[in-house]
Amino acid sequence: MMADFWKRFARNRGAVIGLAILAVVILVALLAPLLFPQSPWRMVQRPFLPPFSMDQYPLGTDALGRDVISGLAYGAQVSLLVGLVSTVAALLIGIPIGALAGYFGGWVDDALMRFTEFFQTVPSFALAIVLVAIFQPSIESIIAAIAIVSWPPVARLVRGEVLSLRSREYVEAAILSGQSNLTIILRQVLPNTISPIIVLASLMVATAILLESSLSFLGLGDPNLMSWGYMIGAARTVIRQAWWLSFFPGVAILLTVLALNLIGEGLNDALNPRLARRGK
Amino acid sequence: MLRFILMRLGKAAIILIAILTLNFFLIHAAPGDPAAVMAGEAGAADAKFIAQLREQFGLDKPLLTQLGIYLKGVLQFDLGFSYRQQMPVADLILDRLPATLLLTMTAFVISLLLGTLAGVLASARVGKWSDTAISTLALLFYATPLYWAALMAVLLFSVYFNWLPGFGYETVGANYTGFRRALDIGQHLILPATTLGLFFMAVYMRMTRASMLEVSQLDFVKTARAKGLKSSIIQRRHIFRNAMLPVVTLAGLQAGQLVGGAVLTETVFAWPGIGRLMFEALAQRDYNLLLGVFFVSAAMVLLFNLITDILYRFVDPRIRVA
Repeated sequence: MMADFWKRFARNRGAVIGLAILAVVILVALLAPLLFPQSPWRMVQRPFLPPFSMDQYPLGTDALGRDVISGLAYGAQVSLLVGLVSTVAALLIGIPIGALAGYFGGWVDDALMRFTEFFQTVPSFALAIVLVAIFQPSIESIIAAIAIVSWPPVARLVRGEVLSLRSREYVEAAILSGQSNLTIILRQVLPNTISPIIVLASLMVATAILLESSLSFLGLGDPNLMSWGYMIGAARTVIRQAWWLSFFPGVAILLTVLALNLIGEGLNDALNPRLARRGK
Repeated sequence: MLRFILMRLGKAAIILIAILTLNFFLIHAAPGDPAAVMAGEAGAADAKFIAQLREQFGLDKPLLTQLGIYLKGVLQFDLGFSYRQQMPVADLILDRLPATLLLTMTAFVISLLLGTLAGVLASARVGKWSDTAISTLALLFYATPLYWAALMAVLLFSVYFNWLPGFGYETVGANYTGFRRALDIGQHLILPATTLGLFFMAVYMRMTRASMLEVSQLDFVKTARAKGLKSSIIQRRHIFRNAMLPVVTLAGLQAGQLVGGAVLTETVFAWPGIGRLMFEALAQRDYNLLLGVFFVSAAMVLLFNLITDILYRFVDPRIRVA
């Protein structure tokens, strides 16, 4: 089973490259405190030290003399953390809503889907900005805001899957055997929706990282945490003097998001049997 | 058709009222006194102004009464007063709206045209290097933060090559008129509009390519081939027209993203639209203005969605009949 999954995943060359890139990013995030014991906020050299001019600070320093490469390493922590936690939070909102709507149908479905539609219509980035601004920028408010704007696709996906599973014979058998609705949803229905959810979740982590970086770019990042978006935002006004300050963090975001998107496609190949069969 | 439009308008009205209610509760959920929140950063407003706000919004009355007062005000196009900018919020937004409309519409057209064109090209050359190049480009655009793409575009085309202006809406102090002015604005528009449309260009590329390939496998296309129709006619009339349907659906979704993305693009390019206004509101903690811009951008999205829904019924006759 696992070997089969891995074989199908590895057949997608892009996905393997994505996995390799992500592994590096995770490693850097984990090792950041060892590689750069000093705080990324500390002034270590003269301001605007160009990259590749001093071995100790290979990517140069920013307007306040802070080490760019150390900022990148600590920024990886923030990006991965926000991406992961906000996606889990969005799943925790979206899965129950979608499951209830699909399982019970009728007015429950109607009401929950109108609610979902509302959140899909509202411009999501603008809503995220408003939420973080009003509740004050912090890692918690950023994660909450991203989760609030990104759960609707989960709810819609789960609803559709549950709707199609609902009328299967094994579910009807479970109803007849007297299992409670909650047991049926948790034990019989949801486990069968897991593959498409995993694929969607991997893409959501990528979107969440982009969202977090955009919020930080606008100055809505957690003021105590170094993040890639903040680095670019702070470098915006000095772009004519110091290109590297916005260039490197951008490349970091681009590669991480690209890696996650590639992995998502690979997971789709490996987990979606219908498409996989078409490829054979 | 009229019935359909009226129903959609009714739905849009309900959503707008829901957004206003959300705005109202956000003001109350924010840390601190609602009057101080509406007045902007603590200490920015004088006591007299805060007292006046308290009076105007009935802040000593029950919550539901306050909601009523708030909704009634907005329905009379009163979005409150920006203490920071010393102007009514509605006037500030109306002032900036045309620039944002110009920017988002241009970005929309650029991304749709270039995206579908590239997608069609790639689908016609599956597996060849040009397909690989287009698909790789799409993957990269899809993962690029749009504010970063904007900054890099400024660096490359404006600072390094000095081909295009990377700042503002028109050349300050040039006082161009007529055609010369339109040309000047057009030049200022190229970089912001292209970078704003980049993400959706990628989406359209991938979508068009996949959709073209899928439709070309269908039976009616095989029939057309069997009839001996010219391949270019099949491409255009049979495949392309059908492959465009999912793309049109997506175009409606894009509207919302563009309005949100405009905050980033307008910030980078100092484009005088409502996105830049939102950034200024953020920097000054001017919540009333922030919520006003949020409301107007949501209204814009609803309008765009309505337009695409109507267009869709013209593109796909099956829906029109149903």
